[in-house]
Amino acid sequence: MLELTVYGIVFGSIISLGAIGLSLVYGIIRFANFAHGDLMSTGAYVALFMVTVVLGWMGIPDTNFGSLSFGWRMLIALPVSMFVVAWVAIALDRILYRKLRVKGSHVGIMAMSSLGAAFIIRMIILIVWGADSLFYRPGILRPALELPVGIKIRPDQILILVMVFVLVALLHLFLQKTKLGKAMRATSDNMELALVSGIDTERVIIWTWGIGGALAAAGGILYGIDVQLHPYMGWNFLIPLFAATILGTIGNIYGALVGGLVIGIAQQVSTAFLMPTYKPAVAFLFMILILLVRPKGIFGGKD
Amino acid sequence: MEIGGIIAYLVSLAIMAGIYAVFALGLNIQWGYTGLMNFGIAGFFCIGAYTSAMITTPMPTGVYAKYVHQIFGLNLPFVFGLLGAAFVCGILALLIGIPTLKLREDYLAISTLGIAETFRLIFNNEHWLANGPRGLMGLPQPFQNWVDPKNYNYLYLVIIVMIVLIIYFLIERGIRSPWGRVLRAIREDEVSASMSGKDIFNFKMQSLIFGAMIMGMGGALYAHYTKAISPDVFTPLYGTFIIWVMLIAGGSGNNKGAILGAYVIWAIWIGTTFMTDLLPPALKARAPYIRFLLIGVMLEIILLYRPEGLLGEEKKVSKLIG
Repeated sequence: MLELTVYGIVFGSIISLGAIGLSLVYGIIRFANFAHGDLMSTGAYVALFMVTVVLGWMGIPDTNFGSLSFGWRMLIALPVSMFVVAWVAIALDRILYRKLRVKGSHVGIMAMSSLGAAFIIRMIILIVWGADSLFYRPGILRPALELPVGIKIRPDQILILVMVFVLVALLHLFLQKTKLGKAMRATSDNMELALVSGIDTERVIIWTWGIGGALAAAGGILYGIDVQLHPYMGWNFLIPLFAATILGTIGNIYGALVGGLVIGIAQQVSTAFLMPTYKPAVAFLFMILILLVRPKGIFGGKD
Repeated sequence: MEIGGIIAYLVSLAIMAGIYAVFALGLNIQWGYTGLMNFGIAGFFCIGAYTSAMITTPMPTGVYAKYVHQIFGLNLPFVFGLLGAAFVCGILALLIGIPTLKLREDYLAISTLGIAETFRLIFNNEHWLANGPRGLMGLPQPFQNWVDPKNYNYLYLVIIVMIVLIIYFLIERGIRSPWGRVLRAIREDEVSASMSGKDIFNFKMQSLIFGAMIMGMGGALYAHYTKAISPDVFTPLYGTFIIWVMLIAGGSGNNKGAILGAYVIWAIWIGTTFMTDLLPPALKARAPYIRFLLIGVMLEIILLYRPEGLLGEEKKVSKLIG
């Protein structure tokens, strides 16, 4: 059980990366981005393309760091993929959502548009890479470390936790210390008030998409390192992402972090009683419970 | 292909499009008239199909019982399957509506999407329920003894057309009544509808349930057409997304548009198979993805440049106003 909890924290930290981006976008632009899970897939597959094609062609050696299952190639691919997906997210907003926003479309139309974008992304992945599961490193033995209380954990998983911690800390500093970060928080609190205080809300929106996309990419890649890549991985993340976002109160990134960890632990621990295929259903059940008990999430005020 | 073959092919096309028209009409009540976002049509599709399948088939006996598991089998006529499917889907809609209809409107979308995925998981994993991933086969077809099995599809097309027409006139009546005008008022401006003393939650619930019952019937009609169902049919792509595209393309808030959209999009969807036949063999295995990519791009273009769809909403709200 303790071991499952530890795996849940690893899995949950990946959910958190996606949920933070989803929550930021949800809070600032007020729309449920059904394509956020597929941005995670995009990140994972862009990194795959880098690792297997581009960096190999550039002659970057394909060796591992110590007992980790990846090396220099992944270390370069991760930031590149985050950058690319940030721009994919911004491009989707410019091409689709912003136009609908300007026209004053119903939230349902916006949500439908993002669902369409999610399918388009997934179909492109399926066309290019096919429907099979893929790995960054096929056929590699992944030795586990034995921790004091009998918990087995792979070095990769420790690194995932470190990476998530670093990314969240950076985001925290950005939001608290920089002018843009403060503008972002202000816009999330009240868009009209931010506008009249002279904040360039369009610029804030672009940065929101960029950060959300980059974090989603990191989440997708880390999941790919920990488990595998699959065209439907992002879709399967979607329900846990929404559950984490709603649990942590929409627009609250620290809430999304906590929500992600809670959902991740709940999903992993449930495998002790249920078939692992039911993991998305567990997240869904959790979400319905939250909606019934505390629809504004743990950090939201009372109605 | 000789002329008979072509006609048979067109009939099968018309049947599937007719079944999709039923779903589009159901969605039109929820989204088109009330503004409710149901992103989990596949869930109602699935439940409707399985309910009707189990109502109309007998419990497996003898050797079959070893290979086919289902929680119940009532061996009743088709009509009971159809109505049972509607009834169960109505209950399901009620249960989803309770936690979500009082909250932000997009929570319904997220919840229905979640429930559709959950049902697919349950039907895939619980073998005792409805035979797991292998699904149920050999479903009976209404009036199947009346005609030669070779010509049965003609009869089924007649049944589908009749049911689509009945549902169409039912919705038209409802929507042009005071009840229908309240639904539109809620869609346009919830606050002012509530200030006119309308119980928003109740009306939304009725719309959600009414639409879901029609979707349940769509599921039943599908099950008895294909005679075999398995969980992998009810995916978000075939079960939800394409129906939204149909309604939006035809015209949300217009029942004729919903039916037209179903036929147009289904024709395009089938038409693209001929296009992908021209692809090089290496790409052929991935042809379905290319077709869905085109449907997705088409949706985005419609949303941006013609959000009202082909027909647009009918503004006439009462049969008494000329």
